[in-house]
Amino acid sequence: MAVIAIERMGLLSVVCVSLFFSSTFAVDRGNFKTCDQSAFCKRQRALKPGQSPYRALLETLELSDSRLTLQLINDNNKVHLLLELYRLQGNMTRVKINELKPLRPRFEVPDVLIAEPPTEPLSVLSKDDNGVVLSLGAKNQRLIVSARPFRLDIMQGPEVLLSLNSRGLLAFEHLRLHKDTQAQPDGAEVKESVDGDQQQDEGEKDEDGESDKEEDGLWEETFKSHTDTKPNGPTSISLDFSLPGVEHVYGIPEHADDLKLKTTDGGDPYRLYNLDVFQYELYNPMALYGSIPVMLAHNTQRTMGIFWLNAAETWVDISSNTAGKTVFGKMLDFVQGSSEKPQTDVRWISESGIIDVFIMLGPKPSDVFSQYASLTGTQSFPPLASLGYHQCRWNYNDQEDVKSVDQGFDQHDIPYDFIWLDIEHADGKRYFTWDPHKFPQPKEMLQGLMDKRRKMVAIVDPHIRVDSGYKIHNEITSKDFYVKNKDGRNYEGWCWPGNSGYPDFTKPEMRAWWSSMFAYDQYEGSMENLFTWNDMNEPSVFNGPEVTMHKDALHGKWEHRDIHNIYGLYVQMATAEGQTQRSGGVERPFVLTRAFFAGSQRFGAVWTGDNAAEWGHLKISIPMCLSLGLVGVSFCGADVGGFFKNPSTELLVRWYQTGAYQPFFRAHAHLDTTRREPWLFGPENTALIREVIRQRYALLPYWYQLLYQAHKTGMPVMRPLWVDYPKDTATFTIDDEFLIGSDLLVHPVTEEGSRGVTAYLPGAGEVWYDVHTFQKHNGAQNLYIPVTLSSIPVFQRGGSIIPRKDRVRRSSACMENDPYTLYVALSPKKFAEGELYIDDGHSLNYDTKKEFIHRSLTFANNALTSSNLCPDCNFLTSSWIEKVLILGASKPSKVLLKMDGKETPVDFEFDTSMSVLTLRKPGMNAGADWTLLLQ
Amino acid sequence: MTCVHLLLTLVFAVSLGTPVEIQRPRGVPLTSIQFYVENKPFTCLDGSRTISFDRVNDDYCDCKDGSDEPGTAACPNGSFHCTNAGYRPMFIPSSRINDGICDCCDTTDEYNSGAKCENTCKELGRKEREVLQKMAEITKEGFLLKQHLIEEAKKGQQEKQSKVTDMQGNKKQLDEKVEVLRTVKETAEQPEKEAKERHLKAWEEQKAAIRLEKDKAKMAEAFLELDDNADGFVSVSELQSHAELDADADGTLTETEAQGLMGGAEQVDTSTFESVWPNIKDKYHSEVSREEADMSCLVSSEVPFGQKVFFLEKTVVKLSAQKARDDFEEAEKALREMDDQIRNIEKELSFDFGPDAEFTYLYSQCYELTTGEYIYRLCPFNRVSQKPKYGGSETNLGTWGSWSGPENNKYLLMKYDHGTGCWQGPNRSTTVKLTCGKETVVTSTSEPSRCEYLIEFTTPAVCQEPANTDLSPHDHEEL
Repeated sequence: MAVIAIERMGLLSVVCVSLFFSSTFAVDRGNFKTCDQSAFCKRQRALKPGQSPYRALLETLELSDSRLTLQLINDNNKVHLLLELYRLQGNMTRVKINELKPLRPRFEVPDVLIAEPPTEPLSVLSKDDNGVVLSLGAKNQRLIVSARPFRLDIMQGPEVLLSLNSRGLLAFEHLRLHKDTQAQPDGAEVKESVDGDQQQDEGEKDEDGESDKEEDGLWEETFKSHTDTKPNGPTSISLDFSLPGVEHVYGIPEHADDLKLKTTDGGDPYRLYNLDVFQYELYNPMALYGSIPVMLAHNTQRTMGIFWLNAAETWVDISSNTAGKTVFGKMLDFVQGSSEKPQTDVRWISESGIIDVFIMLGPKPSDVFSQYASLTGTQSFPPLASLGYHQCRWNYNDQEDVKSVDQGFDQHDIPYDFIWLDIEHADGKRYFTWDPHKFPQPKEMLQGLMDKRRKMVAIVDPHIRVDSGYKIHNEITSKDFYVKNKDGRNYEGWCWPGNSGYPDFTKPEMRAWWSSMFAYDQYEGSMENLFTWNDMNEPSVFNGPEVTMHKDALHGKWEHRDIHNIYGLYVQMATAEGQTQRSGGVERPFVLTRAFFAGSQRFGAVWTGDNAAEWGHLKISIPMCLSLGLVGVSFCGADVGGFFKNPSTELLVRWYQTGAYQPFFRAHAHLDTTRREPWLFGPENTALIREVIRQRYALLPYWYQLLYQAHKTGMPVMRPLWVDYPKDTATFTIDDEFLIGSDLLVHPVTEEGSRGVTAYLPGAGEVWYDVHTFQKHNGAQNLYIPVTLSSIPVFQRGGSIIPRKDRVRRSSACMENDPYTLYVALSPKKFAEGELYIDDGHSLNYDTKKEFIHRSLTFANNALTSSNLCPDCNFLTSSWIEKVLILGASKPSKVLLKMDGKETPVDFEFDTSMSVLTLRKPGMNAGADWTLLLQ
Repeated sequence: MTCVHLLLTLVFAVSLGTPVEIQRPRGVPLTSIQFYVENKPFTCLDGSRTISFDRVNDDYCDCKDGSDEPGTAACPNGSFHCTNAGYRPMFIPSSRINDGICDCCDTTDEYNSGAKCENTCKELGRKEREVLQKMAEITKEGFLLKQHLIEEAKKGQQEKQSKVTDMQGNKKQLDEKVEVLRTVKETAEQPEKEAKERHLKAWEEQKAAIRLEKDKAKMAEAFLELDDNADGFVSVSELQSHAELDADADGTLTETEAQGLMGGAEQVDTSTFESVWPNIKDKYHSEVSREEADMSCLVSSEVPFGQKVFFLEKTVVKLSAQKARDDFEEAEKALREMDDQIRNIEKELSFDFGPDAEFTYLYSQCYELTTGEYIYRLCPFNRVSQKPKYGGSETNLGTWGSWSGPENNKYLLMKYDHGTGCWQGPNRSTTVKLTCGKETVVTSTSEPSRCEYLIEFTTPAVCQEPANTDLSPHDHEEL
């Protein structure tokens, strides 16, 4: 939560009160910087495309087996840069640019890459005075280094896939001495701004360039009442990328915007700077809680990715030569044979650090996902229960309240797995403690939940109350683990508890200590069914600049400026590690985070922060989670119902229906909202919500298998349609419907009073089955679907097999041993395939001991066969196959089960109207080899 | 493979000392046993289809209504019956069979899950009987108390009713007295009033005279101004120089228009100008700076003069009127007080104090409960408030709204609303839940939703007449 209850925060400074009072139900934009108010962004953006002053010094080229280095020189100021090029395994290229001899080391982001990426040999194909041509291995792919001006082009055959610095926007503000102490190094001309570095045309490059220095915010910058001291002066970097033939780019979350990124001409660039934005606005490029500097570029031929590994404040400009054109204009170009090829140009600007870019060359969407996964890891494999329904509220008041909500679910026969406690549960917002009046017996409460096979999440935020009576604070102080301010004293800021310190999570020792705090003997009142929620980890500092930490605060030798966007990742990393450790490395952790960075997918789930009970926020939850999924974070969700304000009953029902088909499914509400447990809106609405939560639980085997797949391969769970239909341009901008895996297509109803939706069913020659009625529809059409309040348009792809557990119980754990029903949806060619994944649902034994079942299910030639995808795996299940539904089938004369060399007949029923064949109780164990023959 | 085949439970029960053995499929209540006849085809209870009996409880759902699987979790809409001998029988959703959680106190729902359930029916039954016993005692005593409350309320009501009647009689007399005194007062005040009117009139006349004089002066001034050539006449052309006098507002004052203003004359002297002046004075702009405000200034500055005369005379007259006025006011005050009293009693009588006025005794009482942080105060039919225990101001949690219990008994809940507003939230409100008790006390307070409070309150006034049954255990219902 970002909002503060003033009444309960008597401590809060006047600054904060005015900060939050000034906003009604819209973000107060004045609290957050525009590019113009961010000195480096303004400087960099003032630089326009043109001739680059950078030149490659080919004589400095050095080529080892897998690494090429080369110096670049800026002809304006003679500063030398070092370019490093790597060819990485899996069709990727890494480009690093740093100063050759920086005054001090520049920050390079650690802990994001899971390992030093394995390289492949680079070879020089040709070299002359103009440049070098390198081979990128197979498929006729080459990397061309042009010397004057410096640029890089990645080619395949005659086609340019991507160019760097083709617009001359490479700009590297080298480290320098402040004017007071400045010496002229090596007689080189020292220029202070990007403009000075590059733009000749002004013709007014006075020798010291000091005239506008302070105004430019080079050595100091003030925003509102906050001054950033910038002891290192200007350090920003920028580079442009051109993508010929590309009209669609995606990614760079987190923004409350459409899936397809827009051009930023005439507005602000997309901003990546983790911020606690109070009541965020929709459809704009403002920064939000998390940042993943990864962009995907897609056309019918190829999907590529750009991963800009930099944790400082970053802005991304996008322009396109077709953006302004109407369809008619494009047609005219085509008819007239216009030579102009569509092209998207992208420019990245960061405040500090180095240029470290990974170019993922695809070519298929799935290739890009696995390429990115090979760099930063995959989605953590969550405990099965965390895919169930989560009931949260700020706040469940006390143990009694928790108990009665828990009973409410049973009384109304609604399943749920987790109940959540927000900040009020802790004693005076001292995390790792319990309010002695409201939660005097946490273990008793947790045991009560455990008896129902349910779980709890309690919040642990990274701001620590400065209080000499608080163990956590005292230990952090004595170990000197707090972030420091610019003067070297402990940094303090205001957050929920009042005056707070911020542990320096960039320190491995600090993280190790934090992890140890989750041990059962340290975290009093905790049990194995207690999990964690990290909120406010941007970090949120109520009285800081832009509600976050001062950039000149210090993390050891690095400034907060350098590491800002990765702080939240570290918090979740240390928390998840603590949960793993408390079980001796046996159990999977579950940690939800609000702030995130590239790599955060390895540590748990992400939600889209403090949204509002408005239809627009329901709608935006789809592109927001789709964007996250494209860049690795599959376990995404939005607060069901909307955090701020009270949803109408219709909105709440629609939100449940949407949330039930998104990966992380949690209802949450602000302290000031009225209660909204699912049964408080009359029996009819209770029934609607119950129904959709039950649909979620029935599909848990499918969700679980998809999370396993995401964990193994990096494939997103919730996907835009174009991921599976990359050649169908009609899918490229769709973000009001989505796929779950490849096999379920969901078009949630997100309009008030809707009587129908139009869903696009992709795939020429394919069919889709309505999962509720089993009615068959052809692919490659826009299908109008009339809806009522009970409708949730969901379709299963013809050609797929989805396992379900149709016996929905009160929690996922209760369903552990229940039998499966297989939903076999036949393609027009009477074919279907799917998978079934089973393990214990909570431990790491699937990984450490290969204790799981992974089976391939195939329907072909009138036979459904289960075969083992992991023969050396070892897991026993008591689940069995109770039913098989074959959609689009014809009536057989006989059905036989072939198993263990025996054939036994199986009862069946055939529904002629919908062509559904139901096999009654074949009864085989879910882990066995078997074949069902239709004759 | 875990197929659960038809399982028959054997229930032994002891009744009248004779052992009886009853067989029925698992999960079926006695009342439905006739539909489940072994080895005979089973027809789904909704009549939708008939299946062979070996498909009953075979862990596969054949009937849409779930009736073929009373003892397994196979049907999503099924229900399971547990006998719970010693306690009360109940139905649970089929989904709770073998889910690892003990739902039936007789453990019959967990026959294949590995859950270690203990039969707690006897204990539960005993406890329930104890609670019921206690409740019954409370209800009994509470109901007696309630009778007293009703009696007292009725008595009180009658008293108040007759008091009101008495008072209304007294009030009539008082009304008359007030009227008499009013006449006396008005007569005594007559000279005073006349003096006042006289002076007011004089004052008005004086004001008019001053105004007239001013106007004349202004007219003379205007004449001099207009008479540009100072020949003692204002001519048409001289008037035309004042474009603001333009009648049709087209920006120019034509000759004809000017002549019109001058009553058709070519020129006017000072005396004939008097007839022209009214035509133009409203629009006329003086060439020198005009001081329109002067007039009002002058007039208002004259006020004290007139008033002084008036006050002098008033003082004399007042002395004679004062006594009559005092007498009248005293009588009127007495009447008002009586009105208030009548209104208060009528207001009290108008409250809905329950079907038998049993809640009357709560009126104008307050009940407090001190919790960890706050002192809560409930004043029924008035308001609810909260005050921090260690100093701080009181917060209004709502004023009396209405009875808001369920339709069959609205007197189980009280609603207090429109309390102090919450920051970014609604106005505070409180629901008071009434339960039967011998004593009238606030037993708990909570805030289930932000700014929506719940107070639990016991009172004999809601105790129902105890049903005339003995509290034997439920064993007889299920054998």
